Amino acid sequence: MDYAAVVALQILSGVATLVIVSLGLAVVFGMMRVINLAHGEFLMLGGYTAVLAYGRGVNLWIALLILPPVVVGIVGVVVERLLIRRLYGRMVDTMLATWGLSLALIGGVTMLFGNSVTGVSAPLGSFIIGRFHVSVYDLFLMLAAVVLSVAVWAVLKFTPAGLLARGTMQNAEMASALGVAPDRVYAVTFAAGAALSGLAGGLIAPISGVVPTMGTAYIAKAFITVITGGAAMLTGTLTASGLLGTVLTSFTFLTTPVFGEVALLIVAIVLLRLLPRGITGRFLRRAL
Amino acid sequence: MSRVPMAPGARTGLEIGAAVIVAAVAAVYLPQVLELFSLINATVWVSMAVLALSLGLVWGFGGILCFGQTAFFGLGGYTYAVASINFGDTTWAVPLALLMPTLLAAALGYLMFYGRISDVYMGVITLTTTLILFKFASSTAGDEWNIGEAPLGGFNGIPATPPLNFPLAPDQQLVPEQIFAVAVLCLVACYAIAKLVLRTRFGRVCVAIKENELRAELLGYDVRLHKLVMFALAGMMAGLAGVLFANCVFVSPTMFSLSYAGQVIIWVLVGGIGTLVGPVIGCVLVQMLTTYAGTLSWIDPNLLLGLVFMAAVVAVPKGLLPTASGLLARLTGRAQL
Repeated sequence: MDYAAVVALQILSGVATLVIVSLGLAVVFGMMRVINLAHGEFLMLGGYTAVLAYGRGVNLWIALLILPPVVVGIVGVVVERLLIRRLYGRMVDTMLATWGLSLALIGGVTMLFGNSVTGVSAPLGSFIIGRFHVSVYDLFLMLAAVVLSVAVWAVLKFTPAGLLARGTMQNAEMASALGVAPDRVYAVTFAAGAALSGLAGGLIAPISGVVPTMGTAYIAKAFITVITGGAAMLTGTLTASGLLGTVLTSFTFLTTPVFGEVALLIVAIVLLRLLPRGITGRFLRRAL
Repeated sequence: MSRVPMAPGARTGLEIGAAVIVAAVAAVYLPQVLELFSLINATVWVSMAVLALSLGLVWGFGGILCFGQTAFFGLGGYTYAVASINFGDTTWAVPLALLMPTLLAAALGYLMFYGRISDVYMGVITLTTTLILFKFASSTAGDEWNIGEAPLGGFNGIPATPPLNFPLAPDQQLVPEQIFAVAVLCLVACYAIAKLVLRTRFGRVCVAIKENELRAELLGYDVRLHKLVMFALAGMMAGLAGVLFANCVFVSPTMFSLSYAGQVIIWVLVGGIGTLVGPVIGCVLVQMLTTYAGTLSWIDPNLLLGLVFMAAVVAVPKGLLPTASGLLARLTGRAQL
């Protein structure tokens, strides 16, 4: 019984982590059709921001939740201005350029901070279920995943900014004719996606350890999740996270973490063979 | 020079002939002038060039965006190492090392092409495949990960990868000079095969599919099958590159790593998509640059590679060779090469 409860909690926290690391990518890809292969490095920058700020004596929660999205959001604006802007509509070139960015960021951070693992220990302690200790931070991550999803949904659905963004993505020319500046909307959307990635980096910093190459551990999972999700970015990301997170954590329990990821990949590829447009290409098509 | 256009067959023959001559000169001359260390390095570059060529073929002529060509490269290397340790002879290890990546490519290709996944997703899926293999190979430390007599060795790989021997003569191992010659031979053979395949009906249909998939399909060609075969062929070439690489270095999970996967793309991109010589030139140029960067202490090689990558995409999207030959054509007033 205790064991079942712990496994269930682990699966939930696996799903929550997947939602958190995929959300920024989902916003950028789902809305702008920009495949950002430097997404993992945005996470990494978020993680570094959190660790460095905490090390300089900044309050832990500010270091984890406030500074990373701000810093990475600014990085996002710069990247959009200098790189992404030149390549709109050239999907493959964008992918290649952001891959270059990814390598450059890994190299740059290695030069600045070295190749060693740093980190913050998980706050909030743990509680006990029967014989097992469960980290409260895991519960916090689940809460964060829910709050973030609801926030993204609410912003897109109910705010004027969300409406402008959705309209521009659907038909940029029409939006422009109605007096909206599409390039500004693109810039803000990309920055928002980057900020979400940065926040994700801050959130996972206590559980993953921070190294220049940490992004590579998440990029594959995040992409597979977003692609499996399909066209409706939020619903897709949530359903795909639910499915793939369960597969990942279950197989991790049964075998090893590596086989968990192998199972995740295989399930995702087979699923894409059956549903080439992703889950929301077939189900829940009208969702956001 | 006469301005009469050459027949395509003659031209292919001429190009292959030129490649053979260049390769023969390199294979005979370089081992005499280079020190052993440089020669082994040159062999590594040649194996990388085979890898670049395989991607140049599948991306430039098949229109298949494969970001994980290193998956086949690494699998070829690992299969070769494991099989040759177990057999005690490399004669049958090599065909096996070509077969395994071909099968992986065929399986992956079936799921992607028959699922009609768009090219961008294809890039992500192939990239994910190589990253997963990287993780898997890195986690194979310990005795439970022996395949027969070969320990997979986790992150350290298999340092005891045996070098090639003469067919059916396990005790007659090739010396580095001979391995270099074999590598150059393989590179030329791959180039010739690619050239010839592109001359066949199959190859021309592949190019047609790349140009306009829908039109090719409406004309009655089986797009999925053509792509699958092309992908498997390039997978086999990448496996061969892995075998060559295993012969001059040794196999380790880095063969699957993100930075290798990225480098292959950069080579092809810098050299020129849609050419076969371009990727080889791009490979050599970028390798020279990274080797040079490795001697500088103040800049990280990844940073430099990344910058080159971005610059290539933004500034020379066509690649060096097509840009250069376009310039040349304009200067001499002749039709484009």
